Amino acid sequence: MTDKTAGGDVRLAGISKHYGTFTAVHPLDLTIPQGSFFALLGASGCGKTTTLRMIAGLEEPSTGTVHLGDRDVTQLPPYKRPVNTVFQSYALFPHLSIFENVAFGLRRRGIKSVKKQVEDMLELVELGQFAQRKPHQLSGGQQQRVAVARALINHPQVLLLDEPLGALDLKLRRQMQLELKRIQTEVGITFVHVTHDQEEAMTMADTVAVMNGGRVEQLGAPAELYENPRTTFVANFLGTSNLIEAEVLEAGGDDVTVASAGTKLRLPRARCSTAPKAGGRLLVGVRPEKISLVPAAEEGSVAAGRNKVPGRIADSSFIGVSTQFVVDSPVCPELEVYVQNIERDDRLVPGAEVVLHWNPEHTFGLDAAQDIDAGVETVEEGA
Amino acid sequence: MTATAAPPEAPAPAEPPVHRPSLRKRLVPYWLLLPGILWLLVFFVLPMAYQASTSVQTGSLEEGFEVTWHFRTYWDALAEYYPQFLRSLLYAGTATLLCLLLGYPLAYLIAFKAGRWRNLLLVLVIAPFFTSFLIRTLAWKTILADGGPVVAVLNSVGFLDVTSWLGLTQGERVLATPLAVVCGLTYNFLPFMILPLYTSLERIDARLHEAAGDLYATPATTFRKVTFPLSMPGVVSGTLLTFIPASGDYVNAELLGSTDTRMIGNVIQSQYLRILDYPTAAALSFILMAAVLVMVTIYIRRAGTEDLV
Amino acid sequence: MRWLRRNLVTVLGLLTLAYLLLPNVVVTVFSFNNPSGRFNYAWQEFSLDAWKDPCGVADLCGSLALSLQIALWATLGATLLGAAIAFALVRYRFRARGAVNSLIFMPMAMPEIVMAASLLALFLNMGVELGFWTILIAHVMFCLSFVVAAVKARVLSMDPRLEEAARDLYASPVQTFLRVTLPIAAPGIAAGALLSFALSFDDFIITNFNSGNTVTFPMFVWGSAQRGTPVQINVIGTAMFVIAVLVVLAAQIVGNRRKKAQPK
Repeated sequence: MTDKTAGGDVRLAGISKHYGTFTAVHPLDLTIPQGSFFALLGASGCGKTTTLRMIAGLEEPSTGTVHLGDRDVTQLPPYKRPVNTVFQSYALFPHLSIFENVAFGLRRRGIKSVKKQVEDMLELVELGQFAQRKPHQLSGGQQQRVAVARALINHPQVLLLDEPLGALDLKLRRQMQLELKRIQTEVGITFVHVTHDQEEAMTMADTVAVMNGGRVEQLGAPAELYENPRTTFVANFLGTSNLIEAEVLEAGGDDVTVASAGTKLRLPRARCSTAPKAGGRLLVGVRPEKISLVPAAEEGSVAAGRNKVPGRIADSSFIGVSTQFVVDSPVCPELEVYVQNIERDDRLVPGAEVVLHWNPEHTFGLDAAQDIDAGVETVEEGA
Repeated sequence: MTATAAPPEAPAPAEPPVHRPSLRKRLVPYWLLLPGILWLLVFFVLPMAYQASTSVQTGSLEEGFEVTWHFRTYWDALAEYYPQFLRSLLYAGTATLLCLLLGYPLAYLIAFKAGRWRNLLLVLVIAPFFTSFLIRTLAWKTILADGGPVVAVLNSVGFLDVTSWLGLTQGERVLATPLAVVCGLTYNFLPFMILPLYTSLERIDARLHEAAGDLYATPATTFRKVTFPLSMPGVVSGTLLTFIPASGDYVNAELLGSTDTRMIGNVIQSQYLRILDYPTAAALSFILMAAVLVMVTIYIRRAGTEDLV
Repeated sequence: MRWLRRNLVTVLGLLTLAYLLLPNVVVTVFSFNNPSGRFNYAWQEFSLDAWKDPCGVADLCGSLALSLQIALWATLGATLLGAAIAFALVRYRFRARGAVNSLIFMPMAMPEIVMAASLLALFLNMGVELGFWTILIAHVMFCLSFVVAAVKARVLSMDPRLEEAARDLYASPVQTFLRVTLPIAAPGIAAGALLSFALSFDDFIITNFNSGNTVTFPMFVWGSAQRGTPVQINVIGTAMFVIAVLVVLAAQIVGNRRKKAQPK
């Protein structure tokens, strides 16, 4: 979190929400810099939508404050906040035409000549010829663009997007991701985007906050989160991670040496989320695409200094750009390995004995006291 | 997450402000409810209480009535009018069953087979409502008139011999017999059966019929195992909407029946409006209410549908 | 025989429809009768007399006007009170929800005569004079629950996010209600109001108990069943049937036109 107090930052201080005895959001401090594309990422029920609704004013926080720039808006009702929302499944007014839907906010603020503005806005989202239609006569993607236009026309300080692409099919979703990103760059408004789709969050946002159980697990740029997850939840929820339980042998220098099932592995001390102590335990993580695979007979060809793990291929699936292997190894059952299909080695078939190797720099270390499978199921659901 | 992952407890900051919705906001629903609920309390619940007190009063019109906790009125009323009670439940039950048997094919026809005629058929089911039901009930006097074409046909096919033997008609008369009253009741409440049946049938995905056929069900089995169970909500609300008003009706018995077909509604009506024996009338209507409530509760329990409204 | 088996449902359904419509046919035919006695139950000869002079019977048109008047006021009252309750039930959490729901359900689950008798017990005990006002009070009471049911169904199926979207787009609570909630709930409110009107206009049992000497149209018909049925009753019944069907058909045609006018 930054110390900057620029004019349009969204600042949440100690904000929380209880429903009876259930705590949807634990006290949370968050600063969203002006002009950024910020994503709240998490599985359903993690508190991300509640957080968004508290910024919008649709939910009153149980404790804490919401600031827009220097202004405390905690007690302001939604219709007095310079914040607009693109709702999940859009919430377009079914009894009004597209034109009137987009003009709704302007009219409520007493602006008389709305025609030009609405038409320009409809042009921006390429829906000019649909102005007189009713929402149910539009396709899902078109409705989504109306919802964005209806919010953006008010020039809010912050645009909130609540799972805006959830109802679209995969191809349309990709297209709209780029579209939204383009619009954000063009208008320069702060976007706060709630999603359960980790790929969507990483493609679009400058900064991602991963939420779990009403708390922010980790916050950072997408690449930073992916390369240096600090909890098993983030490691598993963002992409796939191979997590190996190991014992710390040596933690004195810049590198940490650990052992698992008799195999020694090294990793940079700087990439450990806790301070490793000799004799303690550590979860050693490596992403599937960082690992290379050679048949066991060619172990000698592996460059010295790389982490090496023996194993046997249990399963392989051909994806097109890559082949995904599942390898059973003494250090960990079911290690995942993604190999780019540059030159396919036809000795790498299920049952083959292999050696996995990777650069120690690509290894990260996590606190071993966590649930090793946290965030795993949600990945399957989300991706 | 486990304890080691959590940062050490920071010293608790000064108690953060806790926000509560304002009193004005929390009172909104009560203001919305107030007028309507008050109306129901004063003109629905309070009258029940008055009637309860009336039912245990004794006295006469000249000297006035007084609460004497005279519960015998209930016993006396039941002892004197139990035939009318049983007759009401019997007639209403029969009419309900007939409504179900007659209404189901029509509801099914409108829901699945009518195609572009669907709306027209629906209009034809609802349209009779716009002619006062009393006028339409009087029309049955013409239709079932002695020596009229309907009676003649029923007589010539031997139908009247059977109903006569069952005690439903007398000789060559239909008017002023139980048959006429049940016929009138069935007619009057039939739309209340058809409309809920139609609503629940219409919600059934027609592809379910195809799926059942694909899975080796004959049309009859499809109906028994798929269509009918799925239409149960309609069957339950339809039977209730028919049985409850039919059990308290006295219009059909009065216009189409005779003194031998008097239902409990006729008794309550004449006790209240002609004989002016208020305690007996009040007791009778409480007994009717209790009987209907008990039967309806048992029925809903057995049919397993609770969300009727 | 095979044809019959395949079309059994259709045949049975149409027979039921015939049973349902037969009395209306009779009412219509007998509106052209010229009966010999006081009662219009047997066919005598064709005549247009009643159609030429529908108000020719004493008190008939007066009772009709009274019924219309009561039905309009009862509809207005029941719709206002009932819609407010429906909104409160769907949109707010509060104590005693269950009790309110049961209280609304009770009048629909009770034989009309029980309510009619108990209301009369109240009016007699309080010494209220029976007439226009007691009829109106009773009609609002029993129409209320039906309005609540109709509006509730509609508001329940309405996405609460629409109201949130309105508030998010600078509409105050009052504007949100007028611009979004009310227009979307309108079909449910209209259905409840129509039902109220029909129920009130055609009500006999509660009116019979609580009208005193005031004669509504159903009361007039009831009385005529004892004193003699004028042909004009059939004329009114036929006219209302025809008007209703024409209005529905016109609405359908307009609806279809509108649908065609809007390109998909």
